[in-house]
Amino acid sequence: MTLFKLFKRGSAPIARERLQILLSHERDTRNRPDLLGVLREEILAVISRHVAFDPEKVQITVERGNTVSTLAVDIEIPHRRRMADPVPHYSRLAFDTEPAPRHSQWTNGLV
Amino acid sequence: MANVLVVTSGKGGVGKTTSTAALGAALAQEGEKVVVVDFDVGLRNLDLVMGAERRVVFDLINVINGVAKLPQALIRDKRLENLYLLPASQTRDKDALTEEGIAKVIAELRDKFDWIICDSPAGIERGATLAMRHADAAIIVTNPEVSSVRDSDRIIGLLDSKTVKAERGDRVDKHLLITRYHAGRAARGEMLSIDDVLEILSTPLLGIVPESEEVLRASNVGTPVTLSNALSAPARAYFDAMRRLRGEDVPMLIPSEGKGFLNRLFGRKAA
Repeated sequence: MTLFKLFKRGSAPIARERLQILLSHERDTRNRPDLLGVLREEILAVISRHVAFDPEKVQITVERGNTVSTLAVDIEIPHRRRMADPVPHYSRLAFDTEPAPRHSQWTNGLV
Repeated sequence: MANVLVVTSGKGGVGKTTSTAALGAALAQEGEKVVVVDFDVGLRNLDLVMGAERRVVFDLINVINGVAKLPQALIRDKRLENLYLLPASQTRDKDALTEEGIAKVIAELRDKFDWIICDSPAGIERGATLAMRHADAAIIVTNPEVSSVRDSDRIIGLLDSKTVKAERGDRVDKHLLITRYHAGRAARGEMLSIDDVLEILSTPLLGIVPESEEVLRASNVGTPVTLSNALSAPARAYFDAMRRLRGEDVPMLIPSEGKGFLNRLFGRKAA
């Protein structure tokens, strides 16, 4: 889309092009509109068989690139001994004041 | 045999209610027995556009709940004796719109009318899917504008999957009605052209309604534009669309920039 073309023809050709690209993508995904939802459910089901975590603290993101897309699943896994703390309000306090740092806690969380 | 039509769009404000009223009145003027049904529970407006807002006693939800019988809820138009309105309820209780309830009401309407025109709410939620549920044919109202075209595409997908006809492996007839079309802007490349929209949505065209102050005037006074000014450009577009719905072969004229006598005399009024 050159500047010259833009001046000459207005913005309708841009609208048309954008729509054609967008809709061809949306039509492809229409038959499986909740792919992300299904993935989320199944991935979490597998992980929850082995590790306890708060379903609220899960982030799933998809980044669409030109040649590849990435799916990132970010699950916050609390320390197990805190989860099993016999005094609930105390364990909650501990959570509120010192949230477990993310990413580096896999081993700790599993032990 | 009765025809159940849904007037739908996905996007709001594109002219569903205006088109429902205009096509309903146009069909009734041909002697067809017509009912227009407002599915926009909580935000009814078809009564207002039809000029019947002060005559609403019972509504669709009352009929579904058994509070009123269908004939009690039907409002007969004061100008056209074979045009009726079934208003939506103004309360927010959308859950009252049940699948079985709607099926029963539509079946009863099929016995009484030639045409049942369902005015869908915007969006793709329950109200919109129930409005299209029993349709034999759909009128997809689209403005030549990106968000409207995208939403129409989405609605077309729903018509092909969520309707009774689609679930039986049949097809809902789809008709595209382009409204608020501005010939000058399209010619200057400022607005998507008819060809652009048709190519993107690949759905047969029912009509092209030009942008016009007559449409606003009609809703201001509560008269469908096909009654308030039958000779105006939008009214003629709706009459043509109505004839195509009835199976007549009406040539499609793409509105050109108004270079009529008056326009030439006074210059272009609106850009």
